[in-house]
Amino acid sequence: MADVEETLKRIQSQKGVQGVIIVNSEGIPIKTTLDNTSTVQYAGLIQQLVLMARSTVRELDPQNDLTFLRVRSKKNEIMIAPGEGRPGTKVRASPQKC
Amino acid sequence: MAPKKQRRSRSAARRQEKSQPHCIYPLALTSATQELFECRADEDVTRDRPYKLLRKHAIIQDIKTRAAVSDFSPVEQILLDYAEEEILLVFDNDSAFGQSFYLDLTPEAKHRLTKLHDSELFEDEMRKTPEPKNSTSFITEKEIEQESVKEREKLRLKFSRLQVELGTPVSLSDYNVADSKHNYVEFPSYQDNRSFIKVMQRDCGIQAVSRLQSDATQTAWKPKKNDFTQYSPQEFSQEEKEAIIQSESLKNFSKSVIPRVLCALQQQEIGDVFVDDFEALGTAADAGDLPGQTSDLLVFHKGFTDKMHTKDRKISCVNWHPTIPGVIAVALTTKKGEELIDSAVFGSRPSYIVVYSFSFPTNSQLLLRSPGDILCFEFCPSNPNVIAGGCINGQVVLWDISAYVTCLQGTQPSGTHSSDNKDTFNFDEKKAGTPTVDFSAMSDIKATHKARITDIHWLLPSVQVSSAGVPVENTSNISVQIVTCGLDGTIMFWDLRVPTVPEQPLAATKQEVDQRTTGTSWSVPQPFKHLRSTWKPLFKMDFSDEHVPVKFSMDLCTCHRNTAKELSENQPDYSQLRIPPANEMRVLEDVNTRFYAGTEDGEIIYIDWKVGKDESGQQFSPKPLVCVRAHLMMVNTVQRSPFFQDIILTSGPLHFAIWKEGVTEGPLVKSQWSGDEITMGCWSLSRPAVFFIGKANGCLEVWNLLENGVKPVHVQMHITSSRITCLKPWAMSLRKHFLAVTNDLGSLRIFEILRTLYHPSKNELSRMEKYFEMETDYLRFWQDKEKLWSKEKKVAEKPEQKNVEPSRSIKSVSTAEEQELKKYNDFKMFEESILKEMGLWPSAGSKNTSNPIHKMD
Repeated sequence: MADVEETLKRIQSQKGVQGVIIVNSEGIPIKTTLDNTSTVQYAGLIQQLVLMARSTVRELDPQNDLTFLRVRSKKNEIMIAPGEGRPGTKVRASPQKC
Repeated sequence: MAPKKQRRSRSAARRQEKSQPHCIYPLALTSATQELFECRADEDVTRDRPYKLLRKHAIIQDIKTRAAVSDFSPVEQILLDYAEEEILLVFDNDSAFGQSFYLDLTPEAKHRLTKLHDSELFEDEMRKTPEPKNSTSFITEKEIEQESVKEREKLRLKFSRLQVELGTPVSLSDYNVADSKHNYVEFPSYQDNRSFIKVMQRDCGIQAVSRLQSDATQTAWKPKKNDFTQYSPQEFSQEEKEAIIQSESLKNFSKSVIPRVLCALQQQEIGDVFVDDFEALGTAADAGDLPGQTSDLLVFHKGFTDKMHTKDRKISCVNWHPTIPGVIAVALTTKKGEELIDSAVFGSRPSYIVVYSFSFPTNSQLLLRSPGDILCFEFCPSNPNVIAGGCINGQVVLWDISAYVTCLQGTQPSGTHSSDNKDTFNFDEKKAGTPTVDFSAMSDIKATHKARITDIHWLLPSVQVSSAGVPVENTSNISVQIVTCGLDGTIMFWDLRVPTVPEQPLAATKQEVDQRTTGTSWSVPQPFKHLRSTWKPLFKMDFSDEHVPVKFSMDLCTCHRNTAKELSENQPDYSQLRIPPANEMRVLEDVNTRFYAGTEDGEIIYIDWKVGKDESGQQFSPKPLVCVRAHLMMVNTVQRSPFFQDIILTSGPLHFAIWKEGVTEGPLVKSQWSGDEITMGCWSLSRPAVFFIGKANGCLEVWNLLENGVKPVHVQMHITSSRITCLKPWAMSLRKHFLAVTNDLGSLRIFEILRTLYHPSKNELSRMEKYFEMETDYLRFWQDKEKLWSKEKKVAEKPEQKNVEPSRSIKSVSTAEEQELKKYNDFKMFEESILKEMGLWPSAGSKNTSNPIHKMD
C-alpha cells in the first residue's frame, strides 16, 4: 500500500502531470488524485477505448498485448497503462510551453 | 276429231254403198297400212270389235304420201267428199263385201258408230291419257308448292272448362256472323308474349378484375424511445477501495505498470510532442515572398496635390484622421529659403493644413488656416474634430472642424456642385469651394515657446497632468491636454480647459490678443473662445539649451495605440470644462512619467517629467536620466512601437536606432551608415518587426528585424521625386493598409501596403520580444565586457604609463578599445552567420530559453 502511494506521489510530482487515476478492470476508479466528477468521467470514457485498443492489438497478433496507450490532443495528453487484469493508471499530462 | 273422221269414212262408205248398198266400200288394207292405222287384223280389230274409227286427215295424208300405192287410193275421191272427220272402218271377217275391210259411210252407220265411237274414244282416251311431259317447266316446283294450297294439318282443340265452373251447367248456343257487331268474326292476331324470337346476339360487357389488389394502412405506431436516461457511475465504497488497495494484485500491477508510465513521462520531458516541426518550417514560406514575385511591396495608390496651396511648399507633417477612413491632413510649410520671413507678420501667403479625402483625389476637402507655418499637428484622440498644431512662431494653435465634418465624411464634395472631377474648374470657384477653417484658439504669445514648436502630442484620456506636474486621474475621459516641445529647449504641457482660478486679470491681455487676431473673421462657432484670451501652459520643463528636444515620445501619448479607440460621441463643450483643483484629483502613482526625447544635437535623452522637489522645497527642472549621443545630428524621429511599449525607434540623419526603455546602456540596435540621409522612420502598424525608413533621395526602405538586422529587407527606389519628409502608416481595414509618404515638393502619395508587409508572420510578437531580450543581453554583455577589458587594460598599463606617456596609454587604451570593438563586431558577425547556418537565428525560440553561446565565461 505504501509503495503504491509512494509511486503515485512520484508520478504526480512530475512536471506537467495533472492527475493520476487507478481504475479496475471494469472501469471503476479505485484511487485518484483528481476530483470525483472528472475521475468518473475519465474512467467511463477511457474504459471502452482501452478495450478496443487491446482487442485490436490482440486480433492482429494473438501473441501480442497492449502495453501502453497514449492519447495526444491539442491541449494535453492522456497516458494509459493497462495491467493484466486491470486497465490501470491514467495520467494526464499537459504540454510544455512552446 | 275422230268422230269427224269417222263420219268421213262413213260418208265415203255410203257412197260406195250406193253403188253397193249404202256406201259401203270394201278395202283391202295391206299389213303395212294396217299397222299404220292400227287396225291390224285380228289384233286391233277383231270380230267382236270390228269398228275402227280412222281419221280422215290421216288417210288423206297416207294417200298423199303413198299416192297410188296407198290402199285408199280408190276411195280417195270419196274421202274428199266425205264431210265428216272420221271414217268408220269395219273389219269384215267374212268378206261379205269382197274385201277384208270396208268403209262404212252410211249415216245410220254413223249414228251407230258415234255411240260406239264415243265409247271407243273413251276407251282410247282412257288408254291414251297423256303422259306427263318430262320437259322443263317454267315455274319451279317449289313455287308450285308454295302456290298450292295444301291442307294444313288438322288442329285439335280441346276445350275444358275452368276448374271453378266444373260441374255447373253449360249452355251452348250458336253464333252467327250476322249477329256480331261488325258482321264479321275475326280472330285478330296478337303479339304472343311467349317469345319466339331466338336471341342470336347480345351485347355483353366484360371487365377484368384483378385478382390482387394493393392496399395500405397506416398505424400510429409509436416506437418506444428513451426520453431520458439517467445514470450514475458505479463507484466503490470506501471500504472496498481500501480492501483493493491492500490487495496483492494491486501491488503486482503497480510494479509492472509504473515503470512504463515513468518512461513515458520522461519521454514527454525530453521532446515536446506538441510542436509540429513541419508547421514551424512554414514561417519562412509565408513571411517572405517567393522569388519572381513583384518586387514592389508598396503599390502606389493615390497621389494628392493641391495646386493652389502646395506650390513651393514642403510638407512638414502628415496625419490620418483617426475615425473617418480615407481622410488625411498635411501641413504645408514654406521651404527653407523663405524661412527668414518673420512669421509673426502675416505673410502674403498664409499657411494651411490641407485635408484630403480619398473620395475626391483631385482637390482638397478642407483647409485649415494658420497664422504661421505649422511644423507639426495632431488630431485629438477623443474628439477628432479638434486639431492642435504647433506653429513656427512658437504658438500652439487649435482648430475645430466639427462644422465641416460632414464634408469629410459624406460623399458630397465640399462646396462645389458641378463637375468637380473634371480638371476644368475655375480657380476662383475652387477657392470659394474648399471651405477654410480658421483657428479657434492660439496660445498666449508671451507664455508660449520662444522658438518654433517641433513636436506636439495629445495625452491619453485616462491621464492628465496637474498644474503641479503630477499625473492625476482624468475622470472626464477625454483628451484635454497637449504636450509640446520646441527649439527653445522647453517642453510644455497645455490644457484645453479653463483653470478654476484665473491667475491673471484677463482684461489687459485680452485686448492685446484681440488686436493681434482681428485680421481674420470668425464665422464658425468657437468652442475654444475661452482660451483665446489667455492660454498658458499648464506646466513647463526647461532644459535651457543643454538639450533642446526636437522630438519626443511619451508613454502617455496615443501613438496609434489600439486601445484608445472609444471616442465619446457627444463632443464636450470645452468652455464649460474646468480644471478641477489639485486636491480633488487622485494622484496616479504607477504612471510612467519618463519619456524619451531626441535633441537637436543628436542625443537621446530619457527623462522624467514628474516634478521633484529638492531640499529647499523649490521645484527644479529635471536632469535627464540617460543621455546618449546616438545620432550625430538633429534627431528626426522618436517613435514608440505600437506593439511594445518600451521599444522606441529613433532616427537621425545617419543612423537609426532602437531603444528599450530601461536599458540605459545604449540602443539595442543601431544601423550602419548606408550612404543616404535618413529623413524619417516609422513603425509598421501590423507587424512588430517591420518599420519603414524614408530617405533623402526619395527611397523607402523596409526593415524587418527578424529577417535581417543589417540591411533592409526591401528597398523601394524613388517612390517620390524628392526628399521624403514624412511617413505615416494607417490601417483602413483588415486588408487595406496604407502608407502616406510626403515629400519636399508638397505632394502627398498614398501607397498600399501589400499583404506580405502587413500580415504578421507566425509568432512575430513573441519572436520580437525574444529578439529584443537577446539584444539587451548582448548589449549588457558587451558593456560588461567592455568595462572589464578597460579595467584590465588600465590595470595592466597603469604601472607602465604612470610616468612615461599618459597619452600613449590613453591611445593604447583607446586602440585596445577599438580593437576590442572590432573583435566584438567580428565575433557578432561570426556568431550570426553560425546561428543562421544552424538555423537557430531568431526563428524557433521554443527549444532554447537560454542561449548557450552567450554563456561564455
